[in-house]
Formats: sequence, C-alpha cells, structure tokens
Amino acid sequence: MNKHEPMGRKLDLRNGRVDLSHGSGGRAMARLIADVFHAAFDNDWLRAGNDQAAFDIAAGRMVMTTDGYVVSPLFFPGGDIGKLSVHGTINDIAMAGARPLHMSASFIIEEGFPLADLCRIAQSMGEASRAAGVPIITGDTKVVERGKADGVFVSTACVGVAPAGLELSGDKARPGDTILLSGSIGDHGVAVMSKRENLSFETEVLSDTAALHELVAVMVEAAGPAIRLMRDPTRGGLAATLNEIAHQSKVGAHVEESAIPVAPQVAAACELLGLDPLFVANEGKLVAVVAAEAADSLLAVMRAHPLGRGSARIGEIVADEHGFVQMTTRFGGGRIVDWLSGEQLPRIC
Amino acid sequence: MKHVDEYRDGELARGIARRITAEAQPERDYRFMEFCGGHTHAISRYGVEDLLPENIRMIHGPGCPVCVLPMGRIDDAIKLAARPEVTLCTYADLMRVPASGGTSLMKAKADGADIRMVYSTLDAIAIAEKEPDREVVFFAIGFETTTPPTALAIRLAQKKRLRNFSIFCNHVITPAAMQAILETNEGVAIEGFVGPAHVSTVIGMSPYRRFATDYHKPVVIAGFEPLDVIQAVLMLVRQINEGRSDIENQYRRAVTETGNGRAIDEMAEIFELRESFEWRGLGEIPRSALRLREKYAQFDAEQRFGVVTSPARDNPACECGAILRGAKRPQDCKLFGTACTPETPMGSCMVSSEGSCAAHWAYGRFRQLERRKAS
Repeated sequence: MNKHEPMGRKLDLRNGRVDLSHGSGGRAMARLIADVFHAAFDNDWLRAGNDQAAFDIAAGRMVMTTDGYVVSPLFFPGGDIGKLSVHGTINDIAMAGARPLHMSASFIIEEGFPLADLCRIAQSMGEASRAAGVPIITGDTKVVERGKADGVFVSTACVGVAPAGLELSGDKARPGDTILLSGSIGDHGVAVMSKRENLSFETEVLSDTAALHELVAVMVEAAGPAIRLMRDPTRGGLAATLNEIAHQSKVGAHVEESAIPVAPQVAAACELLGLDPLFVANEGKLVAVVAAEAADSLLAVMRAHPLGRGSARIGEIVADEHGFVQMTTRFGGGRIVDWLSGEQLPRIC
Repeated sequence: MKHVDEYRDGELARGIARRITAEAQPERDYRFMEFCGGHTHAISRYGVEDLLPENIRMIHGPGCPVCVLPMGRIDDAIKLAARPEVTLCTYADLMRVPASGGTSLMKAKADGADIRMVYSTLDAIAIAEKEPDREVVFFAIGFETTTPPTALAIRLAQKKRLRNFSIFCNHVITPAAMQAILETNEGVAIEGFVGPAHVSTVIGMSPYRRFATDYHKPVVIAGFEPLDVIQAVLMLVRQINEGRSDIENQYRRAVTETGNGRAIDEMAEIFELRESFEWRGLGEIPRSALRLREKYAQFDAEQRFGVVTSPARDNPACECGAILRGAKRPQDCKLFGTACTPETPMGSCMVSSEGSCAAHWAYGRFRQLERRKAS
C-alpha cells in the first residue's frame, strides 16, 4: 500500500455503496469517516481525531438532548434526513430558551446504501450546522447487514446553555396564559407524505424544517420569564404538543380553529387524504405559552423575525381538571383535540 | 379552499340551526340515524351537535365497514396471513381490530406474518406482479363505495393473467343493513335516516325507496361536509312535521337517481349476493354481503385456501352491538373510557376512527362531563 494513502483506496463516492467493511473499525471505516463525514462537517474538533470533543462553556444552565431520525423517504421536498437531524435537535435545545453550542452525530447505515446518498446527507448536515452556527464535533458510524435498517438512521445530540434564571418547562402553563404559534402547521408532514412510495401525489408544499434558535433568542430577549414554556410541534403535531402541555401543567387549553394558520395547499392535501392538519408533523414551528400581558408584544417580536412571520395567537390556557384541549371549530361547534391514537392514516372510503 | 370551505361556513350553519330550532316541535323528540361513519365523524369533528336543539338526537349507525366486520372474519384473515406462502394486503384501519384471544393483524404482523398496509387495491395488484412467488391476498372490505375498486382489481388481475392474486371478500350491502336495523326489536325507534353519501354516488337513490314506502321512514341522502349534515337534519325535521316519508337528495352535487351505471354493472358482473352474512353487533343478515361469482373463483381466497369461518365471541361486556343498532350510546358502555380506549380497543366501534365510540372519545367526551356538571 502506498504510504501516503494510510486509509487505503479512495472511495467511489459517485457509484460506490456502503459495505460491511465500512463499519469494521479498519481502514475502510476510517476512509468513510474522513471522506464523507469529516469532509462535510469539517472543523477543528473533528480534525483532532479523538473519540470525544472537549470545549469550554459560558456560565448558565446546561441543556442537553438527543434524538433519532428514521424518516422515510430520506429525501423529501424542502429537506432530507440530514438537515432534519440537525434542525430537530437544535430545536429541542432552543425550546428550553437555550443557545445550542455543539452537536454529535451517529449513523447506522445499511449495507448496500449508496455512498452518493450518504454524501448528500452528510453535506446537507454540514450546511445546516454551519448555517446554524452549531458545529458537529464528534460522532459514530456503524454498518449493519442488508435488511437490518432502512437505508440510514441518524442520531444527533446537542448541548446548549440557557441564561441563568430562565427555566422554561412543560409544567409551567397557568390558566389565563396565551398560546402563540410561530406559523402555519402541517407543511413538513405533507411534504414527506407526498413522496411516500404508496402515497405519492403532486404538491408544491416544502418541509418547513428550520433551526429556531435565533427566533427563540429574540423571544427570550424580549419577554424573558414571561414565557412559561416553548415546544416544537413535531410528531403528533400541534394536537400532541397542546395535550402534552395540558398534561404536564395539569391545565386545559382552548384554541380557535380559525386562528390556526394552515397553508391552502396543506389543507387541500389533508382533505384529499382524510388527515387532520392538527396531527401532522412540523419541523420549523414552535408553540409558546406566555403570560397574557406579554402576549401582544411577544407576538410582534415573533412576527418581525423571518421564521415567525406567520405567528398567531391561537388560544389560551384554561383551568380544567380533566386536561382537555378544546377547540371552537370554524363551523361554530366545539370538540376535543385529543392525542393521536396510533398513526394517522387515510380513511378507507 | 374552493368546494370545501363553503360547506363549512359557520354563519350559514347557524342560520340553518336557527331554522331547525324554530321548526322542531318542542313537545316531541326527533331521533335520526346517520348511517355512515363519515357522517358520524363530521358531526363529531365539527361539533354539529352543539348547534342542534336538545330534542334532536343523532344516533350513530353501523355505516363503518371496519366496525361491522365480525371477529371471526378477522380471525380468518390472521389464519390466511399465517400461511408461509401468503402476503396479506389490508387497509390500515383493520390492523388494530381485536381478534380472538387478544390478537390482531398488527400483532400477527409483529409475530412475523407477511401483512402489508395498502392504500388501494392497485397497490395489492402491484405487489402480486412484483412478487410472483408470493400468494397475494387482498383483504377486501367496505360498502358499495369500495366494492367497485375491488371489482377493478379482479378485472386487472384477469387481464394481467395473475395467478398469485386473490381477494378475501367481505363487501357488504348498505340497504340490507338499514332494513335489519329497522326490523330489530332491540334498537331505538328511528324516525329517519341521514342516508349514505359515497355509497349513494354508486347505487343512486332508488335502493332506498322501500324505506319510504314499506317502513314510512324518510331518508335524506347527504354529503359528508358539516353543512350537508345539518341541512339534511332540517330536511328530515320538515318531512316528519309534514307527516311525509320521502327519499330526498341533499347531495345533488354528487348523487343521481340511478347512480353510477358502469360501477353497478361491473359489481353485478363480478359479485353475487351471499345468502347470509354475519355483521358485528347485528348478527346474521340475509342477502347483505357479496362473494365472487363462480367464474371468478380463481380469485376467491376463501375457495383457494379453504377458509371456514368459525364463530367468534366478542368480549361479553362490550356493547358495540347495541351501539351499532342505536340501542345504546358509547357512554352507556361500562368499558368506554376505562378498559376500552383508542389505545386499548375492546370493540370495533373504538378501533375505527369513524366508529361511534372512537368519535365520541376523540371529539365529544367533554360534553358528557359538562352535562354531568350542569345537572
């Protein structure tokens, strides 16, 4: 072997496929990590080549999260599993009012997975993390036999720091608080569904995947502790988020259907498939519960930020021992917005 | 959204609701059955009942194909799927329906059976074409709405000379069930029906004539939008007040007198009536379901795999039967909200999102508590 090529032969990134040797801990794996992941995430911590990364932090409350991504299909209008795995984990940190600092990324790759797709995913993650200013500084790679994974699974973790004294938490909602939503719901879920093999339909809907920490930063600066909690309505949609808040805070919620923004294309796709946008996933939206007296000014701050332009006041927290999330429908009647039972699926007829 | 929002206009709805309140005679009760699960869903999802006066009660009928499929047929499907050579294709709603012994298609899938969720009959055909070594069985259920797509699948399988495709036929007939409900002694007195929407786009209006002539029950065929339903209620109230029992068509934008002739002919060509079929909660109903005609026997999974349905008993505490007949409401069942929830369904009415128990649980159970508080 050429001594200038300590990691063996170059990978064929255009036509090659991942095989079991890429997860074996040998040269092939080192090559994969260098050519695909280090190339895409490039930073000093990774270049140091250690099994961990050390960094200094400013004073405040440490916040940490981890999340796994198993989305199908891997590429969808407006995003891909890579971008999603960066944004989603950053957002989990941001919902604590914290500034995300550093991320890790772990890959479980199925034997036979095209290297070109892996590169595309890694590059997308690199771009997303650079744009967000949250570098991916350590990671892990495993390759499993064909049939034991669905292409690629990505896990990311993130640490961040929240300002001292700011303690946003799901149990802090109180009757009378206002519920704000940062924009239209359902875009991500509909974009992903539009590309599912057995459900494909033409749509112009793009995933709303985005890192929300900059929006959160201006919100925290403007309203500080008047914000009781924030949450991003991902799987289970707005309905699950409101129910989680009601459950954790032992309160109820009342929302107005007509106040909840839904893009016309999303509403049309949901109508066609028999889905309710309240249960459809989002990846670039947040729900904030805020003291009523701070709601107007916070809404104005949110609307002034590009990721909060479509913000709306959608309802309020109410006292309810049963923890019901109730909604006044556009039609004028009332209903519960319950947790989703099982997966939301198109109806038979 | 064009052609949708106008049927969900709250202002218009309140106007119709005021007319209903003005015209409903306060001294009498009006009990109308909406046959379709789609109507039940719309009533619950949009809070239609909130707009109706107290003396108009909507009874949720058995018009959800998942709810009325007897447990024995789910057992049959699980047995079929357990055969090593079989790939069972099913609509997703069926996956969680409880079968005998606490099992379900979802559990059978987790245990290793090759069960795949599909969104249309054509998906099942595609699987059969792609995997010629597998015996692909489509679990066909539904009323007259989903029967034509099954007929189309048979036609396609024939045209493509597929030897590995068959259907497990559980298609049922709407008017037969409506008649059975009227003839049962255990139901509540129903004064009129909100007639099926999609079913009627296929079969038209004429199959309901006998309800007006023989049973003196008005039927108003209505669409699935909330304004459709509330307008149908007004039309029923007027018929009752005037002592009429006619078949009226609220859903004129989709339903005609004679229906879809091509679909009707195709169904008649491929299917024939079974002498009798068991409906969950309603028991055996004569001439209420379809099977494949003899000339299409090669596509009949029951013949191909020698399916013999054994009777299966629902949980004795489950009141799905009485609820499907309109004799009880979901909240009257002891299991409702305790042992039986959408996460742990004991009966079929809780499984399907269009079942009356699931609709009441998901959208309306707060009303019960409000009423209890008020009283």
